[in-house]
Amino acid sequence: MASRRVVFRYPRHLIDVPVVSHLARNYDLEFNILRANITPQSEGVMVVGLEGSEENLRQGLAWARDQGVAVQPLERDVVRDEDKCTHCGACITICPTQALYRIAETQEVLFDSDRCIACELCVPACPPRAMQVKF
Amino acid sequence: MAKTYQEINEKIRRGEVVVVTAEEMIDVVEEDGPAGAAEKVDVVTTGTFGPMCSSGAVLNFGHSTPRIKVTQAWLNDVPAYGGLAAVDLYVGATEVVEGDPLNAQHPGEFHYGGGHVIQELIAGKDVRLRVVAYGTDCYPRKELDTWINIADLNECTLLNPRNCYQNYNVAVNVSRDRDIYTYMGVLKQELGNANYCSAGQLSPLMNDPYYRTIGIGTRIFLGGAQGYVFWPGTQHDPTVARAENGVPKGGAGTLSVVGDMKQMDAKWVVGVSMYGYGVSLTVGVGAAIPILDEEMALYTAVKDEDIVAPIVDYSRGYPYNEGGPLGYANYKQLRSGSIELDGKQVPTGSLSSYPRAREIAAILKDWIQRGEFYLTEPVQLLPSADSGRAFKALRERPVQPEVV
Repeated sequence: MASRRVVFRYPRHLIDVPVVSHLARNYDLEFNILRANITPQSEGVMVVGLEGSEENLRQGLAWARDQGVAVQPLERDVVRDEDKCTHCGACITICPTQALYRIAETQEVLFDSDRCIACELCVPACPPRAMQVKF
Repeated sequence: MAKTYQEINEKIRRGEVVVVTAEEMIDVVEEDGPAGAAEKVDVVTTGTFGPMCSSGAVLNFGHSTPRIKVTQAWLNDVPAYGGLAAVDLYVGATEVVEGDPLNAQHPGEFHYGGGHVIQELIAGKDVRLRVVAYGTDCYPRKELDTWINIADLNECTLLNPRNCYQNYNVAVNVSRDRDIYTYMGVLKQELGNANYCSAGQLSPLMNDPYYRTIGIGTRIFLGGAQGYVFWPGTQHDPTVARAENGVPKGGAGTLSVVGDMKQMDAKWVVGVSMYGYGVSLTVGVGAAIPILDEEMALYTAVKDEDIVAPIVDYSRGYPYNEGGPLGYANYKQLRSGSIELDGKQVPTGSLSSYPRAREIAAILKDWIQRGEFYLTEPVQLLPSADSGRAFKALRERPVQPEVV
């Protein structure tokens, strides 16, 4: 048995495809949804723990990719260099899980690493490059 | 009762000046009315901290032995313009490092460029200077490769032809099938987000909408030091449509600013990378506005909800100059986190830092209270709404092939 934590990113047209249940049924994979954020207006993001035979995992993830789901292993952390962040707010609409968000009163941008799924979309979108990938 | 610059400066000298930030002035005018506020307050401080293209640095690196006259030069591999004199260079904020793949694989990441060189110089880091030259009798040397440091330069001057835009577009993407990568940030398809870029009620020119006090020679906060306005900025466009309070309903006035980089702080001059677009420089600018009379009190009490910005499509409208704004949003709405457009709630992001703008206004207030910053009367006012000066687009004229 092997297990893996992966990030799935769905384009909008795939939101109605039951990817996870298909993986469970057709590839005999146990799943545990760690975090999900799917809105009908935009793309969906899901962090899933998968467990099954190595072969089934490989085939199942290949099937998901074929459907158009971006599959990324969750093994890296995104961190914020506090000295570099200027609190401009270019990241807040890029972050799919609201891990980067603005405090109304002070307009400061906060980073909640617990909500971060390490999709890394904020990394190149940050003008002063304060968001960094930590291996 | 009208006040003069001299009277206000005398109060600063005696330590009796009353200074408030543009945010605080809103409450003062609300409580005391414009006449009472003009009586009570002498100076209102402002600030803005956002990416300001059309920025750059002039540096004179000193004569080598033997002497050299620059033909081509690079600072940390970023091309610098040398067609000024022998050892004067101008490095522009948006110049990308040589060898960068640019947008060959779109969107390019643009990790490094002129803006970053400027920030590193101010931070006191060593920067590599490479020069090639064709050589002359008076400047015989043909190559130079050395480390330089701001402390050793004769002059290192921030000289920005256009900063401090008075209001700006709110950028959106109406296309149905592609995210776009612009100088206004990443814009998601089908109105996925809306990015604005102004400090709104804190921004210098929003508080002096007709440029009554901010003009040529005005001393300002620039990059953490004291700098000056030296000209209207490029694309200065004072005759755009204005709201009843005088504030332009879109990009309008701009400032050319200058200051000594040796006195600046790298916290306030930051090299930035715009995904898929290029590099730029985020600059901190603040102006101290004298409350000469009731009218200036009223102007400096402008509120975010009374300043509107045009919502512009950057997938088609902006690049191809097609159509007008999709609508308007005020800065209170923009700062709330979302605006409504086409019956849809569109999340808002920003490129200009409001917390930093607030900090700049507070620093300027502190300088004035401590007698470290005095006001200056403009040597010459900037062209204003009555100037008839219009913003021109390029009229292309076909170039005929030369007949041999």
